[in-house]
Amino acid sequence: MAETTTRTVNFGVAGPAPVEQPLIDPDNKPYLVNVGPQHPGTHGVLRLVLEMEGEVVERADPHIGLLHRGTEKLIEYKTYLQALPYFDRLDYVSPMAQEHAFALAVEKLMGIEPPRRGQFIRVLFAEISRIANHLLNVTAFAMDVGALTPILWGFEEREKLLEFYERVSGARFHANYFRPGGVHRDLPPGLIEEIYGFCDQFPAWIDNFEALITENRIFKQRTVNIGPVTAEQAVDWGFTGPMLRASGVAWDLRKAQPYDVYAEMDFDVPVGTSGDCWERFLVRVEEMRQSLKIIRQALDNLPPGPVMVDNRKVAPPPRAEMKQSMEALIHHFKLFTEGYHVPAGETYTAVEAPKGEFAVYLVSDGSNKPYRCKIRAPGFTCIQAIDAMGRGHMLADVVAIIGSMDVVFGEIDR
Amino acid sequence: MSQELTEFGTIISGALPAEITNVEIVRDQLVLWTRVESVVPVLTFLRDDPACLFKMLVDLTAVDYPERPERFEVVYNLLSLRHNRRVRLKIAVEDGSSVPSIAGILGAASWYEREVWDMFGIPFSGHPDMRRILTDYGFEGHPLRKDFPLTGYVEVRYDDEQKRVVYEPVKLAQEFRSFDFVSPWEGMNTLLPGDEKAGTNQ
Repeated sequence: MAETTTRTVNFGVAGPAPVEQPLIDPDNKPYLVNVGPQHPGTHGVLRLVLEMEGEVVERADPHIGLLHRGTEKLIEYKTYLQALPYFDRLDYVSPMAQEHAFALAVEKLMGIEPPRRGQFIRVLFAEISRIANHLLNVTAFAMDVGALTPILWGFEEREKLLEFYERVSGARFHANYFRPGGVHRDLPPGLIEEIYGFCDQFPAWIDNFEALITENRIFKQRTVNIGPVTAEQAVDWGFTGPMLRASGVAWDLRKAQPYDVYAEMDFDVPVGTSGDCWERFLVRVEEMRQSLKIIRQALDNLPPGPVMVDNRKVAPPPRAEMKQSMEALIHHFKLFTEGYHVPAGETYTAVEAPKGEFAVYLVSDGSNKPYRCKIRAPGFTCIQAIDAMGRGHMLADVVAIIGSMDVVFGEIDR
Repeated sequence: MSQELTEFGTIISGALPAEITNVEIVRDQLVLWTRVESVVPVLTFLRDDPACLFKMLVDLTAVDYPERPERFEVVYNLLSLRHNRRVRLKIAVEDGSSVPSIAGILGAASWYEREVWDMFGIPFSGHPDMRRILTDYGFEGHPLRKDFPLTGYVEVRYDDEQKRVVYEPVKLAQEFRSFDFVSPWEGMNTLLPGDEKAGTNQ
């Protein structure tokens, strides 16, 4: 059958016109499978073009950018304070971790340091974000490979953490809470006790969850030795966070290049050996336990004092003061219209976000708006490696690999 | 911290005197400058030299300065896990000229180079797969260039008659407003008439 006809390939997305491609003889290789962009197994809007040999993946071509909103371009047109909420909308599963990177970058350029209470609260909420993030990932990953129960349990716990978000910032997700110079507000009364309460009951939840999943025969069949990554590959591909640690590289920015008060915290960094899907899962579960440890320490040692720098050119004056003082009113007005001017310079500032190294490369030209703000998303390098990790695996294993990567397209597409 | 970085920068520029054109310390971070044609040897050296071992490319991006003769800065952010150190390598690139791809040296570079091509229009020679990555299929222009308007040129909507998504030129219901809040007291760089005598003693 040498004759070729044409067929219309529907790419599943809005495009100028359907592409005409020569029809390949069905007996011939490769067989193309188009996964997504609307598919629950892709954890968002990932379009994956797979070249198949039967049930085995020969090549994977991920198409990203379906959630591209031009965040970096928009930030160039906003003042530093207005740019901050965009970071909640990048990795929308762990919003405060992103704000942390931007706040630290601006502080670095301005040469200011937040007060200690502010730093403790940031560490506290960075770890709450980490648990919220891992809680969604490990349970959704279990769902990807067939276990439906954990995600129902997990959402209940996650809702408690989002309630803490809401208590401090007024929003469950788009918190806009970490600001350059500290955090926006002090903790409301009673919140500390509630977080202690969560710390008391959550370990039992993890034990229960692990009893159900970790050694489960089906779960292990679907994850052990699936998508293994060696340490050399992980470093070369630019993996960070749990993806890197599962491959046996003990690297955590909270330990290696501590920021805020992480240097004072006592915690362990879980490390895997083979870097397969199962170990990435185990690393995340252990990180949740370690985060609880950090949360307890942050609560125990929470010092009194202000949460924001006492510099009216950076931090807004208290409401009460604005009723009395003309100068405070002017400061408030200038801060929220013109914003502050950041001295010219550039910085690459990274934090250990739940998904890995989240960084901001911020270039300032001395005006009140960033000249360039490049966002380094940990998921970007991971999704790049799907091709190499998925080769030779079954189609269903690619779903497991994506699930174990913990990708969120808000940050990858930006 | 800064002292140690300066020494480290001197060691690198001493090992590659022809390639490294400038060494800076910017906000406690080491910045190396090189020429476009030296990118591959410099990055190979930084990756393999026992004192460097910058095996991880954490970020690759560009910055657009339209007023400069060499319009773009391409920025490589490297991380050495072994020595717990970061370094930034920069090159200046003219509009239209290409940069050698480093996808063969550092595996993470491939998609970052695609992104820089997509966003800035800087081509990378020798790249295995130089396609757009973030923008739509069939997109025209390079959005992160400073002369690309924030609103873009086209917008999409679903056309109920044609039963598909159509592209149309951007129509704004309201003119795009760029607020300039910069205070005249702080934002003025030019001298007001009559102020030239302000600093002199009379």
